[in-house]
Amino acid sequence: MDFSSLNPVAMIVLLVGAATPILLAALGELVVEKSGVLNLGVEGMMIIGAVTGFIVATETASPYAGMLGSMVGGALVAMIFGFLTQFLRSNQVATGLALTLFGLGLAALLGGDYNGIKPPPTPRLNIEGLSDLPIVGELLFSYDPVIYFSIFLVAAVWYFLNRTRGGLILRACGENHDAAHSLGYNVVMIRFGAIMFGGACAGLGGAYVSLIRVPQWTEGMTAGIGWIALAIVVFASWKPWRAILGAYLFGGITILQLSLQALGISISAAYLSMTPYIVTIVVLVIMSADRKRASLNAPACLGRSFHASN
Amino acid sequence: MLRLEPRQKASNMMLYFTPLIAVALTMVVGGALFAMLGINPFDAIWIIFFDPFLDSFNLSQLFIKAAPLILIAIGLSLGFRAGVWNIGAEGQFIMGALVGGATGLALWGMEGWWILPFMAIMGAVGGFAWAMIPAILKIRFNANEILVSLMLVYVAQNLLSAMVIGPLRDPDGFNFPESRSFSRNDATELPMIFEPLGLHVGGVVALIALAGAFILLQRHSLGFNIKLTGDSPRAARFAGVNPSIIIAVCLGISGALAGLAGLFELTGPAGKLTTNFPVGYGFTAIIVAFLGRLHPVGILLAGVVLAGTFIGGENAQFMLQLPSAAVRVFQGMLLFFLLAVEILISYRIRFSKGAS
Repeated sequence: MDFSSLNPVAMIVLLVGAATPILLAALGELVVEKSGVLNLGVEGMMIIGAVTGFIVATETASPYAGMLGSMVGGALVAMIFGFLTQFLRSNQVATGLALTLFGLGLAALLGGDYNGIKPPPTPRLNIEGLSDLPIVGELLFSYDPVIYFSIFLVAAVWYFLNRTRGGLILRACGENHDAAHSLGYNVVMIRFGAIMFGGACAGLGGAYVSLIRVPQWTEGMTAGIGWIALAIVVFASWKPWRAILGAYLFGGITILQLSLQALGISISAAYLSMTPYIVTIVVLVIMSADRKRASLNAPACLGRSFHASN
Repeated sequence: MLRLEPRQKASNMMLYFTPLIAVALTMVVGGALFAMLGINPFDAIWIIFFDPFLDSFNLSQLFIKAAPLILIAIGLSLGFRAGVWNIGAEGQFIMGALVGGATGLALWGMEGWWILPFMAIMGAVGGFAWAMIPAILKIRFNANEILVSLMLVYVAQNLLSAMVIGPLRDPDGFNFPESRSFSRNDATELPMIFEPLGLHVGGVVALIALAGAFILLQRHSLGFNIKLTGDSPRAARFAGVNPSIIIAVCLGISGALAGLAGLFELTGPAGKLTTNFPVGYGFTAIIVAFLGRLHPVGILLAGVVLAGTFIGGENAQFMLQLPSAAVRVFQGMLLFFLLAVEILISYRIRFSKGAS
């Protein structure tokens, strides 16, 4: 076997591409969970984003319109979840599962006519001089705009959660919704907003898969990365900066196993394809094993629905 | 303005009516969806919801589809009652078929009445072992069982494809990625018990499991502890219920039943292991469990209804050119409506003027 065909620079570029959809979805879910809501429908919102983004992009011939469309699509299906859990007080776990099952079906239905089409290409950053630099240009200045946006979003979410009043209120809802309510904050509406933000982020993550990473529409193309994004939130201990670390780690594993498959290593491709999921389990175990620390980081009201007693 | 008013006590009537309301709402909204797709909604609803129970050919398929759904949903319902969320039944279903199927292949050529029961036991063991992974990781390391059991579905799917192109491939099969046919071999073929309803041995086992779950929940202290853990974890702890045991029991039973369902699917309707073997019963069973309100009798009815939508959906595919995904949208919608109308059990809707 010839390992010299593995180009480290090219692999890092691929890694970032594989990690970005997970990072976007994880960031959205992180905000949702910080507000005290557990939305297990990330996979469903991502696949809806993938298909709506793809449809809008091919119909308008603009990848950016597609990305906007994917955010709207993700936020719209997230609204169903928000309405059920916040206003009708349904069980969050069950409703999240319903969102995933429904989203996978609806996406397959919507995307039926779009199989095998190429979406309009998304241009990569090209700065005269900078992007042409050897190695550095490729590693830092030649990505598509969504990747830069995802990094910006990490910083923005961190700033919002930790440095603004709005973030403080949102976290209060997640830590103690009764206290937030008694201070006069509308817990239900704040959570509803967070859920929609989470849907938009997951939707954009999905569109990144169908418009840039693959780029094509196929049924069930998100292949569980929505669930991996949920695990990344746990891995990140609900801290935005650590979500980058988690997402890039998983991007790295995905690219490594794909490269090994391409090299024709004697292990069956099916075994290599398992690795990202197995690593997710291992990481979850490591992060959860220290019960004290895990419960210190998790929002105290996570998954509990709020009743204002009147 | 609409206002929600808490009821003094949970409405018994609504407890039974909410699934019916959810089905009715699904038909209405689903019908609107069909109309948008340019399909006559009345034809579609008739074919999906009513025809499966009226036509003798469709009836002969009914329990073939209902048996795995019921068998899996029974196990899941125990966990859901206790707040143990096994959503990886699809993976346990695959592992049951893989382990049971491998056992059958190891014994290939032998004859005897004991082969199929032995395969069934091994199938249950396979599903059980796969479900024990999230159970042990939850008990020992506090890892979220939802994510772990779901990740294991993808692992099981990949393991299945590795097996059918590798060790379990049919040596006389011209290199196709599939195993030998279990249903074309006397020793491993699942016997049909009642042809007109499609009730094979797996269906009978599902009915026995229903009865077992009923007795467990109504008459046994373990069933009481399961319900108690779900309703009030703190009270359960004070009463001396060991949460680790509840987690292990719930995941173990649901894994074993899902594994059994996989083995029955393999030796009956599917016939052989292929990469297309899993068709999503493990996920649809989640809807069955909720539609049946986590009650054994309800699960029987819900399993039959969802099995009907599978059959009706297939018929609508070639009669009305309905896309195959439409049925999955239907099923997802059903679960949404079910969760939405559940509020009617503990609240009533009041119309009031002005702001409240």
